[in-house]
Amino acid sequence: MHLHRLERVWLTFGAAILVLFLATITTAAVVEGFVPPSHVQSIDPAKVRVTPPFDKPGLHRLASGSYEAYYVAAIFSFSPHELVVPLGSHVTFYVTSTDVVHGFSVPETGINTMVTPGWVTTVSYTFRKRGRFLLVCNEYCGIGHQTMADAIDVR
Amino acid sequence: MTTATVGSFAPRAYTRAHAIASENILVSAHIYTATAALVLGALFGLLQGLSRANVFAMPAWFDYYRVLTAHGVLMALVFTTFFITGLMTFSTYRAIPRVRSVTLGWWGYLVMLAGTIVTALTILSGNATVLYTFYAPLKAHPAFYIGATVLVAGTWLVAADILLNVAWFQKTNKGKRIPLPAFVSATTFIMWIIATIGVTLEMGLLIPWSLGWTPGIDVELTRTLFWYFGHPLVYFWIMGAYLIWYNVVPTTYGGKVFSDALTRLAFIMLLVLSTPVGLHHQFLDPGISAGWKWFHTILTYGVVIPSFMTAFALFASFEIAARRAGKRGLVATVRWLPWRDPVFTGSALGMILFIFGGFGGIVNSSYSMDVLVHNTMWIVGHFHITVGGPVALSFIGAAYRLVPAITGRKLFTPKLALAQTYTYFVGMLIMSMSMHVAGLLGSPRRTSDVTYFGAAGAASWHVEMVGAAIGGTILFVSILMFAVVAVGTRFRDERADERDEFVFAGTEAEAMQSPPALDKLGRWALLALALAVVAYAGPVHELLSTPHQLVPGMRTW
Ligand code: HEM
Ligand SMILES: [Cu+2]
Ligand SMILES: [Cu+2]
Repeated sequence: MHLHRLERVWLTFGAAILVLFLATITTAAVVEGFVPPSHVQSIDPAKVRVTPPFDKPGLHRLASGSYEAYYVAAIFSFSPHELVVPLGSHVTFYVTSTDVVHGFSVPETGINTMVTPGWVTTVSYTFRKRGRFLLVCNEYCGIGHQTMADAIDVR
Repeated sequence: MTTATVGSFAPRAYTRAHAIASENILVSAHIYTATAALVLGALFGLLQGLSRANVFAMPAWFDYYRVLTAHGVLMALVFTTFFITGLMTFSTYRAIPRVRSVTLGWWGYLVMLAGTIVTALTILSGNATVLYTFYAPLKAHPAFYIGATVLVAGTWLVAADILLNVAWFQKTNKGKRIPLPAFVSATTFIMWIIATIGVTLEMGLLIPWSLGWTPGIDVELTRTLFWYFGHPLVYFWIMGAYLIWYNVVPTTYGGKVFSDALTRLAFIMLLVLSTPVGLHHQFLDPGISAGWKWFHTILTYGVVIPSFMTAFALFASFEIAARRAGKRGLVATVRWLPWRDPVFTGSALGMILFIFGGFGGIVNSSYSMDVLVHNTMWIVGHFHITVGGPVALSFIGAAYRLVPAITGRKLFTPKLALAQTYTYFVGMLIMSMSMHVAGLLGSPRRTSDVTYFGAAGAASWHVEMVGAAIGGTILFVSILMFAVVAVGTRFRDERADERDEFVFAGTEAEAMQSPPALDKLGRWALLALALAVVAYAGPVHELLSTPHQLVPGMRTW
């Protein structure tokens, strides 16, 4: 097939960009561990409230000094309410839903994931800034979706 | 409507002229249905913009999310689909002149329309407030899923009509190349058939569940099937816009298609790369391993090649025509282009928006950035500046040529049409830029009111929402201007003349010889299907073999 000379240059340029992208994301994956999450832990959505650790939502300190937070999302609120987190702590969130799909987003932190009934989502974050952070559901879940929010208090 | 074919008993000879007349009525039905969906969708879009800016709150009897569902469905599924079925039916018919029957085409249209009406009424009555993505376990009234399935079935009839016409051409014109506009239409609809298999399978799970015949639904499986369809849906829109950019726009400046072969190759690449990439929408979804998400992401980047080919072909076409007219250099070429012809400006301004959209697309498809903008207004800004801008504006621009051709009347108020394309551009730029910024600040999408009872963390979003509402108001007015021109043309008493004839661009002579292998559509279709199966068999198997619960689902509105 006949290719115009300029077109060959341009397509080579395109291919080079493509290779560059692929190299970047692959390097990021290998070196920095930026891999998409694929949390494969499942749970019976009807029994969330009686399944440990979700029977006791809230913040739990581990022996290692880091923290785990267990959250239940249900229309149209999160529990626990007003989580208090010590400044500088590393927290791993475990979140699940009892009903429909919800979101779990703390805009100023980069915590942003979805919560699917039947599955447990995990996300980790180190709180290095003091203050009251807004936690919102950012996945449409029903008529009260705009009220589904809470706060995380970092002290 | 005359539907007789050659050879059937007819009192008077049925000629190509009769066929054209009946083709025009069919295409008009598609295009005016698309226009109606666009106008209604724009009204709903405006209400959303004003609600998010806290100008007012939607009343409980016509709540925000019902409006948002209607907006998403009318814009993303109804307007775009009817416009593309109309445009591509038209392109196939005109590129393959034939004393044809339009019966199959009419069945396609009527089935699409029936499905659309059922779906729209179910949404407007408040029984399907599940948004246009209808993620389970939000459970809509069965009529919503059934109507949507009927709409898809109608598009298959349209696809069959297009493909049968192309097959007829190949049989009766042995050794001849499929005319380019028909080729483009055929590849697009092959892609569409492969893509809609996903949503049809999903409906096969949702319909019995919504009827109460099955106790639960596999949430992740339905999402995977949705995105198997959802990503190629975007390519479907883009292929519609590309048909206009490659085959119609050059006629506005006396230009030609830069290369026949490269155009065909670009469309084949879009066909092949459209489906095996859907998982990149499911970065955050559980149950699917990182490896498969990776594989889909890598293939997603493959679209860079046909995009670059298209960009090159368009600019080359501009430049060659400008040189022929004695203009050289970038500035002279740009100034020489017909910036006062709405058919040109619709697409050209759309292309400019698309460049912005391209940058945003790079952000979305990189995992680390995606986390930042996932489900924020950034995403809404992104698809308005890609689909809402380039695609919709190119369609509107093309309509200024198409509507006179199918109604046989002169374009009503061409100056209004020209002003419409510029106001649309400005409105879209303002609205989508504000949305992008709001998204970076964390403002969630799909939310009627983002003040969160005055929470400090949400305070920075308001000004952006006001910006989006201003842009949205300009856009709404612009869409009304389009409707005035489109409907006004239909009721004009001034007949179109030869200057209003619809012609497709020819190809540059030196580029005419393209490899016949490109026209072996059956083989390309099989390749695309095989890739889709390979890309999905693994993750779906993985998902099904991870033990998990079916979810009963509920109505939360
Ligand atoms: C008058 C013009 C328009 C206005 C004012 C407008 C406004 C909006 C707003 C404010 C939202 C976001 C609502 C939210 O997330 O809470 C939205 C969503 C959306 N718009 Fe538009 N829009 C317009 C035109 C279009 C066009 C032309 C298209 C596509 C062809 C389009 C497709 C969509 C889609 C697919 C959504 C997402 C719906 C969802 O998240 O479920 N819009 N629009
Ligand atoms: Cu929620
Ligand atoms: Cu929500």
